[in-house]
Amino acid sequence: MAGEDRAGPEREPTCEQIVGRKLWRGMGLKDFEFERIRGLLGRSPNWTELGMFAVLWSEHCAYKHSRAVLRTLPTSGPGVLVGPGENAGVVDIGDGLAVAFKMESHNHPSAVEPYQGAATGVGGIIRDILAMGARPIALVDPLRFGELSDMKVRRLFAGVVAGIAGYGNCVGIPTVGGEVAFEDCYADNPLCNVMCVGLIERGAIKRGVAAGVGNSVMLVGHLTGRDGIHGATFASEELGEDSESKRPNVQVGDPFYEKLLIEACLEMMSTGRVVGIQDMGAAGITSSCAETAARAGTGIEIDVAKVPLRERRMSPYEIMLSESQERMLVIVERGGEDGVAAVCRKWGLPCSAIGRVTGDGMFRVLDRGAVRAEVPASVLVNEAPVLEPGWEEPAYLAGARSFDHRSVPVPGDMENAFRTVLASPSIASKAWVYRQYDHMVQTNTVVLPGADAAVIRIRNEGGRPEKGLALKADGNGRYCYLDPVTGGRIAVAEAARNVACVGARPLAITDCLNFGNPEKPDVFWQFRGVIEGIREACEALGTPVTGGNVSFYNESRNRAIYPTPIVGMVGLMDDASKATTPGFKAEGDLIVLLGETIDELGGTEYLKRVHGMVAGKPPSIDLRREKALIEVLVEACSSGILGSAHDISDGGLAVALAECCFFGLPGARGADVTIPWVGRADSLLFSETQSRAVVTVRPGMERELADICRSKGVPYTAIGRVGGRRLRIAATGVGVLIDAYTADVERLWLEVIPCLMNG
Amino acid sequence: MKFGIVVFPGSNCDADAYYAVRDGLGVPVEYIWHGTRDVGGFDCIVLPGGFAYGDYLRAGAIARFSPVMDAVLEFAERGGLVLGICNGFQVLLECGLLPGAMLRNDSLQFRCGYVNLKVENAATPFTNALERGRVIRLPIAHGEGNYYADSQTLGNLQAAGRVLFRYCDGEGNVTAEANPNGSLLNIAGICNSRGNVAGMMPHPERAYQRILGSADGLEIFRSVTSFLGGR
Repeated sequence: MAGEDRAGPEREPTCEQIVGRKLWRGMGLKDFEFERIRGLLGRSPNWTELGMFAVLWSEHCAYKHSRAVLRTLPTSGPGVLVGPGENAGVVDIGDGLAVAFKMESHNHPSAVEPYQGAATGVGGIIRDILAMGARPIALVDPLRFGELSDMKVRRLFAGVVAGIAGYGNCVGIPTVGGEVAFEDCYADNPLCNVMCVGLIERGAIKRGVAAGVGNSVMLVGHLTGRDGIHGATFASEELGEDSESKRPNVQVGDPFYEKLLIEACLEMMSTGRVVGIQDMGAAGITSSCAETAARAGTGIEIDVAKVPLRERRMSPYEIMLSESQERMLVIVERGGEDGVAAVCRKWGLPCSAIGRVTGDGMFRVLDRGAVRAEVPASVLVNEAPVLEPGWEEPAYLAGARSFDHRSVPVPGDMENAFRTVLASPSIASKAWVYRQYDHMVQTNTVVLPGADAAVIRIRNEGGRPEKGLALKADGNGRYCYLDPVTGGRIAVAEAARNVACVGARPLAITDCLNFGNPEKPDVFWQFRGVIEGIREACEALGTPVTGGNVSFYNESRNRAIYPTPIVGMVGLMDDASKATTPGFKAEGDLIVLLGETIDELGGTEYLKRVHGMVAGKPPSIDLRREKALIEVLVEACSSGILGSAHDISDGGLAVALAECCFFGLPGARGADVTIPWVGRADSLLFSETQSRAVVTVRPGMERELADICRSKGVPYTAIGRVGGRRLRIAATGVGVLIDAYTADVERLWLEVIPCLMNG
Repeated sequence: MKFGIVVFPGSNCDADAYYAVRDGLGVPVEYIWHGTRDVGGFDCIVLPGGFAYGDYLRAGAIARFSPVMDAVLEFAERGGLVLGICNGFQVLLECGLLPGAMLRNDSLQFRCGYVNLKVENAATPFTNALERGRVIRLPIAHGEGNYYADSQTLGNLQAAGRVLFRYCDGEGNVTAEANPNGSLLNIAGICNSRGNVAGMMPHPERAYQRILGSADGLEIFRSVTSFLGGR
């Protein structure tokens, strides 16, 4: 039926027309890339083949600009079972179990159609985890937007959050964390990064391989339509005036189908007849077939007439490039097709055998038997040019570096400055966001959103302590803008510290690298610097990179976003019931500052919000000190010494102490602290020096904590006690700096985002 | 004694209810596939939370036509215990086992988080392990939990003690601020006139263990077992 209606190649440009009119340019390919294709094939590609090359050789799919630099990252370690190159990384968590996790960006689609852009981002990353054979158990969504005073930004923010909620809530995977920051540089280019985590038995890990000549290639899930054609190409360009017209490039998500797809795929994989499985994300059938064949060193032959279609008159070109959502490619052992089809029938999902694995290395596309495209799979997947762009330090840095914070006046009213920082949307409570996400479904969320990291318990039926997975995403674009190497280091260090604050040992990371146009030397310089910083921190902290995603071209009207790496960290704890949270627990508990505060203000939230400056060097970080702090936190949490733990980051010590009060139990929502200090009072309160945390000690355990700190060389300063209804912060020699009712400043912190969003 | 958890396409709290009954309560439990018309052997049937059939058209509107729902209607008619949680409550409203309807939350947003509930009637098969007036803490997670019924229906529900739970503050005061979705009279859960069919928007199965932040939800399931045990 579909076949009769389909448009034939007669309506498509011929090889001569492609060459004569340079039609590859309209698909985003450069002239030298077209020549390279001709050279590799030994002939000109036809229209369908050209489209297939255009998507697979897009920056989004081929990592042309980043591949060489990414090779420098550490990707292996004792716990890494699957590293980069597969649909997701996998790490061992003991007891025969493993965790699959990955983060990806959906920035471009979210910029033009925020709800569907974000929703399909969630859908895509879930399928990547599913493709490893894992049941998805958690989502984490780091976001960046412009300032909320801008009406367009509010629309994007509301739309992205609603899209994540609309999709994640329906599929029944808890969205347990994330982070949101607001900077003007993201006004036209919001960042929507999505991370999914899945649980799997070690022996059941699947790969995206088309192995076994003669095995069946099956398409499972939604019908194929015209949505999202050339989505990957769109994601590999700067956004321009005409980007709104690219809305049809954005796919539309159907979370109900995704839920059925998850259950059906897990069920069919448990039959043992599934040889390989791969998500159909960017570039749809083209990329999934080519990549599974290239990984296995085989070929694939499919017939587009066998693809169940949603629309009439679709050409082979359109079918091959469709990015319709909620589809998976499944390679099934010969003879196992009926079993797979039966599972799909049970779940009400379309399913079709569209081809078979061959031994000739070719990716052959037929239409009712006639060859429409025939190219070596490995050429499509592995032969995209690796580019070595030039780089150059950006001009703005000289000015930013020459900043001396001593030139900034010390505010007369420190409490007022504190309120200004607390009311920054980047610092303020994100409850407006996470209360829209179902963060408890699956009943494993032990530490809810708002804490340093979310904790998911790993259910066990033996009555033994249940392990906990700590999940956190971090990355400060402003730091990276001011110093990419330091910013890259801090992204990893902060994520690790957050995970340690709940009591988990940092295991490994996934990274989502969001940058401007890599063809511009200053952007590429930033990229190289950030990767260098991430590499150093991952090596120092022992957390390899198991995968991730690069999103370039986050740029419009000649203005790029801040270089923004987001690090998604996974940590492990032996007993989830021992997870530590940031809120104070009991009146009288001793408050201890771990780490050392440096008199510095470069790149801080305070400098930006109170003085309107983005300048200076970002906070200093010493990775050996960071490692020592993490070891102290993990040991102290697991031995039950700590009542609470909270990392000191954006906003500095004052904000960290305030949050410990806000999250405090009844009767433990105040604090009275005095900190030894010689230097500027604003640096004490708002410096964002790394490798610090605020903890409270259970009564009678003060000695133990001091001993652990001494053994690891971490500075330990007892600064006061929990109690009362006020937050009072004083400095020796300076006097009282802040003295306010907790409930009063908490209201400010809670209401900032709701007030801005409700106009 | 055996619980059955109905699985519709798109149910996503089915496993949570299963674990709560099996691990929290220690009572046998099985899944019931939506295509079956046989619910023999069960003593209590739970319609779980989620997005049955994607909640397309309207929450619960398609699920009520599942084959299993014919069997559930008969089961309820014979006096069997039926508990609808969240999406399950919406299905019970759509199929007419319970009166009223759900509107979108008054915030027009999905809401997830802990709420306080005041127990209004502790003399039902679903609440007898609680005490009237007690405040319990359970999570909610819904976009359409804004309970609506005409004034006569509301009057009947109240007069007959068929309102089981109302949203309240930590001290048990039923206030507008404590209402997370705009439900009339802060209604969070109701039952039918015979008392054997109940629906509630909060999720008792999400609060069956201390490690999850509350074990109050277990009392709902314990009420069912003590009712069945004493019958």
